[in-house]
Parts: sequence; structure tokens; C-alpha cells
Amino acid sequence: MSTAIASSRIHRSERRPTERPTPYVNVGDTERLLSLLGGTALSLFGLSRRSLGGLTLAAVGAPFIYRGITGHCGGYQRLGISTASPVGSATSVRAGHGVKVDESIVINRDPSTLWRYWRNLENLGRFMRHLECVEEIDNRRSRWVACSALGIHFEWQAEIINEKENELIAWRSVDDSQVDTAGSVHFRELPNGRGTEVRVVLKYDAHAKQLAAPVARLLGSSPCQQIHEDLQHFKQVMETGEIATIQGQPRGRCG
Amino acid sequence: MRAVCWCGTGRVHVENVPEPRILNPHDAIVRVTLTAICGSDLHLYDGFIPTMEKGDILGHEFMGEVVEVGKSVTNLKSGDRVVVPFAISCGRCFFCHKQLFSLCDNTNPNAWIAEKLYGYSGAALFGYSHMMGGYAGGQAEYVRVPFADVGPVTIPDGLSDEKVLFLSDILPTAYQAALNCDIEPGDTVAVWGCGPVGLLSIKCAYLLKAQRVIAIDRFPDRLRMAREQCEAEIINYEQTDVREALNDMTSGQGPDACIDAVGLEAHGPGFLGKFDRVKTMLMQETDRAYALRQIIQACRKGGRVSIPGVYGGLIDKMPMGSAFGKGLTMRMGQTHIQAYMKSLLDVIQRGSFDPSFIISHRGRLSDAPQLYETFKHKQDSCIKVVMQP
Repeated sequence: MSTAIASSRIHRSERRPTERPTPYVNVGDTERLLSLLGGTALSLFGLSRRSLGGLTLAAVGAPFIYRGITGHCGGYQRLGISTASPVGSATSVRAGHGVKVDESIVINRDPSTLWRYWRNLENLGRFMRHLECVEEIDNRRSRWVACSALGIHFEWQAEIINEKENELIAWRSVDDSQVDTAGSVHFRELPNGRGTEVRVVLKYDAHAKQLAAPVARLLGSSPCQQIHEDLQHFKQVMETGEIATIQGQPRGRCG
Repeated sequence: MRAVCWCGTGRVHVENVPEPRILNPHDAIVRVTLTAICGSDLHLYDGFIPTMEKGDILGHEFMGEVVEVGKSVTNLKSGDRVVVPFAISCGRCFFCHKQLFSLCDNTNPNAWIAEKLYGYSGAALFGYSHMMGGYAGGQAEYVRVPFADVGPVTIPDGLSDEKVLFLSDILPTAYQAALNCDIEPGDTVAVWGCGPVGLLSIKCAYLLKAQRVIAIDRFPDRLRMAREQCEAEIINYEQTDVREALNDMTSGQGPDACIDAVGLEAHGPGFLGKFDRVKTMLMQETDRAYALRQIIQACRKGGRVSIPGVYGGLIDKMPMGSAFGKGLTMRMGQTHIQAYMKSLLDVIQRGSFDPSFIISHRGRLSDAPQLYETFKHKQDSCIKVVMQP
């Protein structure tokens, strides 16, 4: 009994590269190999000198060994550079610069109900925590307004680039937008009346050169968690019509 | 209004707090007429359950009168007398549809904490830590009841509060504990712990046609209640070796099913008991599973282990080899109260069962700090405390 329950509840996709753990890979393969070989040679040469200067050389070589083994370069990170292979493909976000989030949830409603609610983009503000509102400009284009934890407002325009009734909605930010993001939501009916799997794939540029990389700021250091909670809220709205809350209830002071 | 607030380990205060209000369309506000302290409240009192915050209002066993309903609550109206289940369930998710109400997907606003600790979150509970939702509890004059269209059961006139209050938690919990034993004709059921859930489990095991029930505890007055009021045979584990006694009483076969009505603060005699105390103090384990280990050893081959007692974290020296070697079935978890309330109310209404026999202490909300102490130390033969606001 318990196994069936555990496997049918909210789950996260196994294949997600998702939020990048720190330190993440931002050095290309050839460069990693060169770093490792060069760093090792420098360190061994330095250590063999058995002198203060030699020790300094070894110390200079060490970070290159680290860079070669982990594929992460702190300097590149600060400069917003990556020579690693692109994370994904075919989105508006430049390859190698994107953070990808891939989250799923099971909702006890049919795909068409869920698709219709989501397709009315103005509904998104109801369950996405940082989204203040979405205004539909026309059938494909919409204006998004969000507010970060620090109270900073961001605004961008997005367009729907693909949709398939009851199955899929895909969107991306328009070219001249300050925000660089692309995403899609997929609805798949599960067999045996187990409801609908809703899967969100979101990509955004967390290392944009602009001072404000708004989506990254909105989603903070744990974008998967944020989208996961937004999906839970979507599920609550669709299954129960309300979002569970304790905001506004009484508590003591223990004074 | 007055409310019992958790103010740290071993500290509860009765404070003046604002009255609750409707926050969601399926909410109701209930004026509490009777509330109880649960044995599991003592786990909060003793600081065993993480994510409590100072000022949290306690209490998950309560009943009262509906004074206001949200716009989506159509089954209740002001003036209805209701008993409220301790777990909050939406009634619409996969788990609620399967009658697994305490595993509801949609009621815990802090699901992420439970997900980090347990993998997935169950239903939110009243007054039982922020990991379990952080909802204000019912040891207060008024309480907000979310999903009031799903949980509360209305009580017909003519039944006293004391007779029906325990439908909120311990009676269905005892009933589920006995159900999880899959009792067959001729079965012997052993119950560890003769607190309120243990005593009611004995009754429920007989209700489900157990042949014999054996009760295990160390407090003479509780054992006397088990024998005299619940017709159980008894073992005092401080005077008798439990394994040996159970073996003798079951012709060397062991009990067919065992109920752990003790949970994570088990008291154990001898070296192992002390060892567990030291390990929990050093944060090397969070739960003391002395009773559970003994149960696994004592249960017969192919037997059933039913665990209504609360566990919160990690236990040490779990005899998994014994459980595996004997092919035991273990069933556990918070009670799906909503699944049993109505049928148990019928049983009470027919007059065949009155769970109020376990009440040993009656007080007011303002007595709560003293009553928590009395209950914790089992002073004055304390078994169950109920309070009127």
C-alpha cells in the first residue's frame, strides 16, 4: 500500500540538470584537461625544488588542479563566463548561460481543466508566489509583473511560441525584453484515474550581463524549490479552490 | 481570547491572544466547549518535536459550537455542535479519495519542511509544530477550522461533550490501531502502554473480536484500569520479564498482534533504557524505541505490529533482522480520523461504548500549566485531562 502511495505522489523529474549546485561546471572539457595537466606539472615541479619559491609555484598550480577536477572556476563565475557545454537547446536563453528547472506534480483533475486554467495566463498570478500579475495583451503576447523578496518590481513581455490543447503551452520572453527566459508546461493524463502529471520546464539566464537578472533574483538560490512550491499551490487551487495558509491567525507572545 | 501557548520546553502559558478569523472559503470558526491534553502534546512539551515556535497555540483534541462559516462551507451552520478531527484534510486529493485523510496533499502550508525530513508531507495537524502546518490549536476559547466541510462531524443532542470529545483523536486512533492488527478469531493481542490510546485500543481489539488482550505497563493504577475496566490480562514490566511472561501466556507462540501505544519517549528499565536516554540527550538518536524493539522480539512469526504511538525522527538499534526473520507486518501512521468518526459516533450513540471512562482530571484552560505537569509525571493517577475554556 505504502509503496503505491509513495510513487504516485508529487515527484521531481529524475532527469533534471536543474538548479546548478555550487560549484557548478563552467569550464570546458579541453580547458579542464589542460588545467589539470598544467596544474599538476607546476605543483610537482614546485614541490621538487624544496624551496620557498618552489612552494609558491606549487600553490599557484593547486587551483588549476581543482579547476581541472571539478570543472568549476571561481574567476569565471564572478565574471559570468562559462566555456562549458551548453545546458540545453532550442530556447531563447543563450546556450551555456541558462539555469534550467524541471519540476513535476500530480494533480487530481483532468488535463483539459488544468490546461484551460493555465492558458488563461492571468490566472498564474494566483499561485505563483512572486508574480504580481500577468496581463494578456493579445492571444499570444502578455505582460508579466513580478516583485522580488526585496520589493523590487520587474516587468517583461512574453509570447506563446507553441501550444497544443490539453497538452502543452510554451512561451519565451520577447527579444527586446530585459528578461531572458523560456518555459513550457506539459499536461499528461496518467492511467487508471491517477490524475494528470503537470511538468514545468523553465530556463532563464542567471548570469546575464545586465545589472538586474530579474528571474534569477525572483527565484533566488533555490529555483527548483520555488517552482515546486508554486506547483503545489497550483495543485491546491485546482483541487480545493484555495491555498492553505496560516497567515493572519492568532499566536501568543510568551511575554 | 484565552489560549494555551507553547513557550519552550516544559513551559506552557495561558495568554490573551486575538480571536481567530476566517482566512479561506472552507474555514469555520468554532467556540471550544471542551478540549483535552493528548499524550502526544507531551512530546511537544518535552521538546521532542522540531519546528515549534514560542507562542504557538497548542491542542488538537477539541470540540465546540460553530459560530461562523466561510462562504464555501455549506454543510455546517452557526450553532452546530461539532467534534473536529486533529488532522486537517482537503477531501479532494488522491489520498483523501482513498480515505487516507491524514496523508492529505493540500493542507500543509509548510510542506517543504516535512518533505526535507520525511521525503513527502502528510496532512497538517492542529497545534503540532510548523513542520505539520503551524495551525493554531484548540486549547483556546475559539479556533479556526480549515476545510470545515470535510473534517468536523455534527453531534446530535443528548450526547454529553465528554462522551464524544475523543472522536477527535484517541478513539479513532485506538480503533485504527486495532484494525491494523488484522484480528482473526482466536487472536491474542498485546498492547504496550496503558495510557488513553492503549486503554481504548484494548476495548477496540475486543470490539474487533480479539480472543484475549494482554496489557503491558508499569503504573499499577493504569494496569488496574486495563484489567478492571477493559478486561485485559496484565503484565507489569518492572516486576516481570515481558518476553518470558508473554511466552508463557501464549503457549510459547507469542502474541498474534502487538500494539505500540507508547511511541518515541519509551521508558526502558536496565542498561538499554539508560543507554537510549543518554543517546537522545547527546542528539545521537531522536526517539527512544525501547517498547518497539521489545514488540518486534515478542511478536509471533508472521504476526502484525501496529504502531499508533508517535515517532518523529531516528531510532537506534532497530531489530530489523528479527522483523524480517519472522516475516512481520508493520503498520503505522497518523490516524485517518474522518474515515472512522461517523461509525464510532454510532457505536457511542447506541450506548454500547463510552470512552469517557478514561478521564481522570477535569479543569479550566487557566489550569493548563499545572495540568501539563500533572499529566507528564502521571501524578495523582492522571490518565486523561480535559479542560473547559
